[in-house]
Amino acid sequence: MTVDFIYDLLNDLLPSYSGNELLLIIAMLLPFFALFGFITIYGFGVIYAELKVSSFIQDKTGPMGQGYGFHAGKWGFLQPVADGLHLFFKEDIIPSTADKPLFILAPFLIFIGMFVGIIAIPFGEAIIISDMNIGIFYILGIGSLAVIALILAGWSSNNKWALYGGMRSAAQIISYEIPAGLSLIVVILLASSLSMQEIISYQSGGMFNWIIFDNPFMPIAFIIFFISALAETNRTPFDLPESESELVAGFVTEYSGARYAFFFLSEYVNMFVISSVATTAFLGGWQSPFPNFLNTPSWSVFWMIGKAFFLVFIMIWIRWTVPRLRVDQLMHLCWKVFIPIGLFNIFGVSIWTVLRG
Amino acid sequence: MGVIRGEEMVLNIGPQHPATHGVLRLQVRTDGEVVSQITPYMGYLHRCFEKHCENVTYEQVIPFTDRCDYLSSMSMNFGYVVAMEKLMNIKVNDRVEHIRIVMAELQRIASHLLCTGVFGLDLGAFTPFLWALRDRERILDLFELTCGARLLYNYMWVGGLSHDIPVGFVESTFEFLDYFEPKVDELENILAHNKILVERSADIGVMPKDVAISYGVTGPNLRASGVNWDLRKNDPYSIYDRFEFDIPIGQGIKGTVGDCWDRFYVRILEIRESVKIVRQALASMPKDGDVHQSLPKKIRPPKGAIYARTETPRGDLGYYIESDGSPIPYRLKMRSPAFTALSVIDEIGAGWLLSDVLAILGSLDIVLGEIDR
Repeated sequence: MTVDFIYDLLNDLLPSYSGNELLLIIAMLLPFFALFGFITIYGFGVIYAELKVSSFIQDKTGPMGQGYGFHAGKWGFLQPVADGLHLFFKEDIIPSTADKPLFILAPFLIFIGMFVGIIAIPFGEAIIISDMNIGIFYILGIGSLAVIALILAGWSSNNKWALYGGMRSAAQIISYEIPAGLSLIVVILLASSLSMQEIISYQSGGMFNWIIFDNPFMPIAFIIFFISALAETNRTPFDLPESESELVAGFVTEYSGARYAFFFLSEYVNMFVISSVATTAFLGGWQSPFPNFLNTPSWSVFWMIGKAFFLVFIMIWIRWTVPRLRVDQLMHLCWKVFIPIGLFNIFGVSIWTVLRG
Repeated sequence: MGVIRGEEMVLNIGPQHPATHGVLRLQVRTDGEVVSQITPYMGYLHRCFEKHCENVTYEQVIPFTDRCDYLSSMSMNFGYVVAMEKLMNIKVNDRVEHIRIVMAELQRIASHLLCTGVFGLDLGAFTPFLWALRDRERILDLFELTCGARLLYNYMWVGGLSHDIPVGFVESTFEFLDYFEPKVDELENILAHNKILVERSADIGVMPKDVAISYGVTGPNLRASGVNWDLRKNDPYSIYDRFEFDIPIGQGIKGTVGDCWDRFYVRILEIRESVKIVRQALASMPKDGDVHQSLPKKIRPPKGAIYARTETPRGDLGYYIESDGSPIPYRLKMRSPAFTALSVIDEIGAGWLLSDVLAILGSLDIVLGEIDR
């Protein structure tokens, strides 16, 4: 699904316009709209999942509705739509004391950071918007853009709670990128490539060839990466930047309406991006868990999204189960537990690779 | 911590803040995340109840007591009627006493459920809160069955009760207790022994014995500090001396005696003890007896004053009632347990991180309706 591929296809289909600049623009826009559509559908799906999974955990029914129309749809299917519409039709308030340009910039910045990350995620052998040779590095790098947005949001709101939230999130996300990076380094060591597709092709041939089962160090690396991912997406137990019982709503305290919706959606998109990275790096990416079973290109989308959704589900599950850590405990966990283990992991995997030959 | 000092910032937690359990304003001085001073400002919910009581008859005071500690209205009723009956020398029959104790202990369970759930919520655990509310709902249903109200009951009257318990109440209550006891274990498992919750609450906000006593802290907060003091045992009122139950005290299982975890855990243990009391009271409840038997025609206590105290879910509730012989109280004063519990917040909360201060506040289980009155 790369741009070149679509461009060639369009050239073949519309010979009279062959070589036209317009086709190139269309070829660029098509994946963009496909992605945008995917994010929208995914957003509705995951918000519905969050509502329903939390309901089952909390022994309540969650959104329920009868029929269609202005009810929330059968089993409340339309609840996320209603929530979205509600947010977009709300009055958009910008506090008079806020730093207006930065206040407006922050939600766009965070959304761009999340959105641009998706283009490097492979959904199949050919279904990837941009198969760059530094894919995994690119996603980690672009993910850091969120920190700037969060600090901007916290600072420009001119609100003490928002400031606390922004500062906490900056400290948290920057810290947890290190253990996440350290556990990805061991993957890169094994696959000897930074390209997402090459990491996946290293793991072909059933689930026991997945990197997570490659050697005894890899489950540890996976757990470190997954917990760091929770911290990077600001999910419980690491939801300190927006901890509602401490900081009111953290960095989004002053945001309302559509701007709030951007922050909200970007958290969920970020969950998907980081789960996809975990899937790619540890769980075989778009490959079937069994060799020669549903391992066709059309099923690859299913496997990729299915595995990523499973990890997203675990994130939701954890969110509704455990309390929240404190700032210093968060830092302790990162710097004194994960980073030493991560470094040891690199050492261990290097020796393992050398000994295995 | 504390070596690098930055500029201090004054932060107002509340009056509209999710963690203040009502409309309380805590003005805190913070250096980064470290809180150096906490000043509670209260009165946002002040409704002049004590002054109002000087203008209404003794019967009409009872709804005011409901609205003070709205999370344990039965216990507030109970304290008032105990004081009034002592002042007027009224002896109520055994059935009334048993029903009162069943109601007060069910109310204690409901109140502690909310407290433990909200403590989890303050620490970021959302699910146990809803579990606790689910079970509290069953207790409110029982109250609704009895007197029609779910929050403000006006159930206990001077010399009796407003209604007798309905047919089937005893069976429904036993049924509830059978359902509820495993749920307490569930609540304890998901909260009390959760590693993160222990890290967040053990050794935090330690309230030593002497501090607790000198501030006049009572109830579960005092018992968590290791002081064995419960009016139901130490100064029995009503018929509490007939029942078998233990007074759980804080033992510092996960940290120091008197930390947040102890304050939280003592409440879970007290829920179990209350279940025991309710079971005994239901089993020994006399079948007959009119709940209106000793109701005075007109409440006109003799000239004099009385101070009576009872154990509410939050601690010693004292009523000082001064009568000048008229049907209207001359002066009514409440000694409310949550007020003293809040006053200790600066002593035990200063020096901790912002997140800890809110955990400490949650563990003290304050109700602003009763603090502001």
